[in-house]
Amino acid sequence: MTKFSALFAASGRWAISAVFAVGDTTLFMFAGLARIFSGVAIFSRALRQLYIIGYKSLFVILLIGIFCGMVLGLQGYYTLVKFGSVGLLGSAVSLSLVRELGPVLTAIMLTGRAGSSMAAEIGVMRITDQIDALDVMDINPMAYLVSPRLLASMISFPLLTAVFDVVGIVGGYLTGVLMLNINEGAYFYRIASSITMADLAGGFAKALVFGLLVTTVCCHQGYNTHRRRDSVGPEAVGSATTSAVVISCVLILAADYALTSFLL
Amino acid sequence: MEKWDIEFSHLDAGYGARPVLRDVSAVLPAGKISVILGESGSGKSTLLKHIIGLFRPMGGVVRIGGEDIFSLNSAKFRRLRRRMGVLFQDGALLGALNLAENVALPLSEHLDLPQILLREAALRVLAMVGLEDFAGYYPNQLSGGMRKRAGLARAIVAEPRILLCDEPTSGLDPVTAARMDELLLDMHARYPEMTIVVVSHDLAGFRAVAEHVLVIRDGGLIFNGSPEDLVNSRETYLRQFLERRSGDSGQSLQRPMNPVVRSALAKWLAS
Repeated sequence: MTKFSALFAASGRWAISAVFAVGDTTLFMFAGLARIFSGVAIFSRALRQLYIIGYKSLFVILLIGIFCGMVLGLQGYYTLVKFGSVGLLGSAVSLSLVRELGPVLTAIMLTGRAGSSMAAEIGVMRITDQIDALDVMDINPMAYLVSPRLLASMISFPLLTAVFDVVGIVGGYLTGVLMLNINEGAYFYRIASSITMADLAGGFAKALVFGLLVTTVCCHQGYNTHRRRDSVGPEAVGSATTSAVVISCVLILAADYALTSFLL
Repeated sequence: MEKWDIEFSHLDAGYGARPVLRDVSAVLPAGKISVILGESGSGKSTLLKHIIGLFRPMGGVVRIGGEDIFSLNSAKFRRLRRRMGVLFQDGALLGALNLAENVALPLSEHLDLPQILLREAALRVLAMVGLEDFAGYYPNQLSGGMRKRAGLARAIVAEPRILLCDEPTSGLDPVTAARMDELLLDMHARYPEMTIVVVSHDLAGFRAVAEHVLVIRDGGLIFNGSPEDLVNSRETYLRQFLERRSGDSGQSLQRPMNPVVRSALAKWLAS
């Protein structure tokens, strides 16, 4: 076999496995979504996940949100002052946050904080026979582990994005109004006049999609820890967690581009 | 054939393309304690996983009560598996639940009964395995032996007709292992109709509990009979296994270390 044909065969194998992985992950997501309404117990388990994904991530979202808003306020001020348009700072900060930075940064932070722990927890359950034990007890592992996390993510991602947006606007206020002395009324007037319902809906739609993507990828990686070819046992849990975070972050940015193209 | 007999017929099994079990045929009788013995890696746990239905065989059949479990439709298979309790190697307790919640899980997920009643049912079974004072503990707060006992409690809480135990005494000290064997005998006395299958390489345990024995070597069945027949067997490998001899005594006594590595090691140790 020539080098060229070997390269061709290897890229073909890679493409086939990539298509298989995408298909498998998509079916996994639908299987998880389909079981959300399979019983009331899922809602109590989703409540616990809401606490883990939502409440426990609140502090870090507040922290990132305030600093992100403060940086936007500073950068926006020094850019707009060149054009004599500092009055537009409120619009610049709020539109950047609501349309792009809020959903994207919230999703990336939640991937690091909650997604990685989902992958690791489910991965450990897989290698210690806990998922097989659920199966043997006639408890559907998808309904027990994945569906509550999907439901909790679909609720908490948009809510935390809203928190991020509001705190970011406050951050912009701190630098723009309190530090750099732009007019307070102009700052808030510009926010109120430039943000439309479509911007808010678009931001929340992105947050919802990112929540689904992150949770699906992280749960799928953990759930299939035993099928990894690059490692076994505890090392496979580490590899699954790393893959979950990397794939989720890439997908967030790719999906952001696709959704932005669609929404604009 | 009785309703809860387990039968393997010409069973070939493995992972991917790698065969682990070859042409295994045997019957594990209902209402008895059957012990599957063999060295580590001989295929014992693989056999157990095929009884549970976690893996499909490469060839042959697994029958329970005369029915091929892999030809049953999904609903019938689930109904059959509800009658099985499984003790996994390290207990496989859910880390996020305490012992009472873990033991009650097979009931709380399927029965629409008040939580207090389900908890009480779990506590009764925990008392049977001597863990009633640890009901509020989480699995990572317990020793290996306690986790196995809790796993056994969860496996029997729904009073299954078939109890499958994967190495219930491995990694335990002799006293705790003996306690585990006593528990299995106690279980057998309380539920005489229960078919109990124990996968083990613990010879003391096998002598204490077995009523029927299979011995597996390198994926093949080399003994199928009563414990007395096994103990009286003159077959060379079985004698070695029972007398805990490796069969490698004729090997060279030369030390395996490479001289270059030895000299480098000596330098490092002297430094």
